Amino acid sequence: MASVRFTLNGKSQTVDAAPAMPLLWVLRDQLGLTGTKFGCGMSLCGACTVHINGQPVRSCVTPISTVAGKTVVTIEGLSANASHPIQQAWVEQDVPQCGYCQSGQIMTASALLAKTAHPSDADIDEAMHGNICRCGTYDTIRSAIHRAAEIARAEGGRR
Amino acid sequence: MTATVNRRGFLKAGAATAGGLLVSFYLPEQSKLSAATTSAKLNAFVHVSTDDTVTLFIHKAEMGQGTVTSLSMLLAEELECDWGKIRTEFPGVSTEYGPYQGVFGSQSIRTSWMPLRRAGATAREMLIQAAAQQWNVDKSRCRAEKGWIVNTGTNARLSYGSLADAASKIPAPSNITLKDPAQFRLIGRPTKRLDTADKVNGRATFGLDVRLPGMLHAVVERSPVFGGKVASFDAGKTKTIPGVKDVIQISNGVAVVAENTWSAMEGRRVLKVQWDEGAIASINSTGISKNFAEYSQRTGAVARKTGDAASALQTAAKKVEAVYETPFLAHAPMEPLNCVAHVRADACEIWASTQGQSAAQEEGVRITGFPAEKVKVYTEFMGGGFGRRARGDYVAEAVEVSKAIGAPVQVTWSREDDLQQDFYRPAAYGRFTAGLDADGWPTALTARLICSPFGGLSNGVARTGVEGVVDLLYGVPNILVDYHALDPGIPVSYWRSVGYSQNTFFLESFIDEVAQAGGKDPLELRLRLLQNAPRLKAVLELAADQAGWGKPLPAGHGRGISVVNNIGSFTAQIAEASLDGGKLRVHRVVCAVDCGYAVNPSGIDQQIRSGIVFGLSALKGGITIDRGRVQQQNFHQYDVLRMEEMPKVEVHVLATPNSPGGIGEASTPGIVPAVANAIFAATGKRIRRLPVSAEELA
Repeated sequence: MASVRFTLNGKSQTVDAAPAMPLLWVLRDQLGLTGTKFGCGMSLCGACTVHINGQPVRSCVTPISTVAGKTVVTIEGLSANASHPIQQAWVEQDVPQCGYCQSGQIMTASALLAKTAHPSDADIDEAMHGNICRCGTYDTIRSAIHRAAEIARAEGGRR
Repeated sequence: MTATVNRRGFLKAGAATAGGLLVSFYLPEQSKLSAATTSAKLNAFVHVSTDDTVTLFIHKAEMGQGTVTSLSMLLAEELECDWGKIRTEFPGVSTEYGPYQGVFGSQSIRTSWMPLRRAGATAREMLIQAAAQQWNVDKSRCRAEKGWIVNTGTNARLSYGSLADAASKIPAPSNITLKDPAQFRLIGRPTKRLDTADKVNGRATFGLDVRLPGMLHAVVERSPVFGGKVASFDAGKTKTIPGVKDVIQISNGVAVVAENTWSAMEGRRVLKVQWDEGAIASINSTGISKNFAEYSQRTGAVARKTGDAASALQTAAKKVEAVYETPFLAHAPMEPLNCVAHVRADACEIWASTQGQSAAQEEGVRITGFPAEKVKVYTEFMGGGFGRRARGDYVAEAVEVSKAIGAPVQVTWSREDDLQQDFYRPAAYGRFTAGLDADGWPTALTARLICSPFGGLSNGVARTGVEGVVDLLYGVPNILVDYHALDPGIPVSYWRSVGYSQNTFFLESFIDEVAQAGGKDPLELRLRLLQNAPRLKAVLELAADQAGWGKPLPAGHGRGISVVNNIGSFTAQIAEASLDGGKLRVHRVVCAVDCGYAVNPSGIDQQIRSGIVFGLSALKGGITIDRGRVQQQNFHQYDVLRMEEMPKVEVHVLATPNSPGGIGEASTPGIVPAVANAIFAATGKRIRRLPVSAEELA
């Protein structure tokens, strides 16, 4: 067992866990943050995506020991009141169906938007390739990312 | 504001809108629920709280298909409540909701269309009667309007909340009148989903998100060969893994119980199990294919005989023959299977993301021996189902483990478990023959279909093996369909659109081959053969018109058609596809659907897109068997459609005044043949075997 300290959704967090235990299971089973989903355990589906130091990372293959000192943001901490432009666009366009993959889709898409303010369709293909949706919300996700970029630009303009 | 929560989510949130009925006995938040408002039950589907909140009980389950929203629309339409003040809840299993609760066969709207409208109208009538009594006027002087009963003489108003208690004491009237569809305010209008808000912030509770005080976590090592049994096991190393609490044998294998999921998985990794592999440890996919080919030469059980196909073939000017084959397919819902169970001395509780609440209860009863009323099922959001979650196997495991350890436990499947321990869409084979007259029109069609049977055999024919061909609507005068129930021992079951999924690929590909052999345009041939199937013909005409059938395309692109009549709906698709450096690309899909009365047009749009994506994955993926084992382990070996492969999809809903048809499985069968036919139009290469292989397209 190791004691690991990191920043989680803006607050300091210390956990005692086996060093190899993936961040996913620390979040879900030890910290009760079940918004981050288990889908494949092999970094193949993207359902478990969180931000570590601002980058989209698959928490299912991220040993907790490697998170020490880093800043982790999960779907629960992405924004207050689902106000992130991606979340606003997701609601506006009714993106989720079953919804299970959407935490991961939203975390990947929000990381894309942070890096690329005006993502092209090719940017979206590249960024979202690793996030599987079996309900088939891909085209709605694409249009919602474009819409989120508009919302973000409008909000940026207001600031 | 609207809210959609399942029972546990609701209790976890601690909202204070519930009366006694909603108070469960297991959660510490219980005390928070007895305060503030009370709730009155008007019937099994409608409760009204003193704060005017209306709780609609959704007896079906939500796997993404939009049932929470569409069933709420049926209730709210007739109830005349304020859409902004509803909340929804999944109730437990009860005969009040029919003999068998579950979601399968795209039946939710079809089976709820009248009963839920009646339930809403009955509650409305009780509220009207309660107001009439209070005002001492005849009920003809009262009308319901957006959560209020209005006195038409005085314009006085009483809110539903203020009338709820009195209304709940009025006997349910039997002579209610449903609204004239011309007066619908909700039904037929594109309506946003009620469950979106909780699905963008991580708050929606899926089965895997259920957390109970003292809950342990388990994973199960199952036989790698279907039907194998545990011969012996050695848990020595497993028990040295920190967090592992127990290792126990259950019917399906050996369960490792731990403080958290990761410890259970780590314990399982070092578990040693000796298997008695059983009867099918030598079978493989090549052998299954070979058997198919052999059986396809023998006469099967007759499923349909119209006219005399044999004679017509003998006198035909031209004959066409083709053979098609499809693999086993896994469901692979994004949420791996899981279930939480808590078995105590005299009661059992089950928390499950399930398509079969009644099946879950039956499993609980079977394993505990308790009467059904002692087995409670809490329905959680499903992270996809596609037919897999109609089975109770994963529920049974959790109940068995909890019974053995005497604590609440969550059993979690890995993705490998999911792909390797499924009840698959059966591998299937079809041999088709057609006879054409001198003008190139078909006079006879025969189909021999072979696959594992499930869902029952009637005179040697499994409906699930022949649907999509046996019920074809093409006006060919002589038709013979026969079937072989050939079961290699791989578990099979319902997979989104069931037999239609492979049989529509077979039939619609073959009709294209018939058109080509007869020198006909594929659209022209189908329209001629559908003269006595007006609803299917109409959607085909609409799709062809919207797709620009016959208009020029970029070089290397082709268009392909499919039509299907399943689940009470009629669907036509036109796909545009090409081979781009040997890779199959689908550019555009135009889909027209007549599902009768369109309850929620935006939900229909979502489901058509969803079914297309699900079907497109069948071009890519397949489950293969070697030594009785599934060879695919995870998504790197079981390929599904990804973002960059998503075509442009255009959905056209042809509104007709017929009773609603199903929608969740309407577009899955037709997309594969539409694409295969488009590839033929583009390249002259005919796809007859799935998944599509690079060699076949080379």
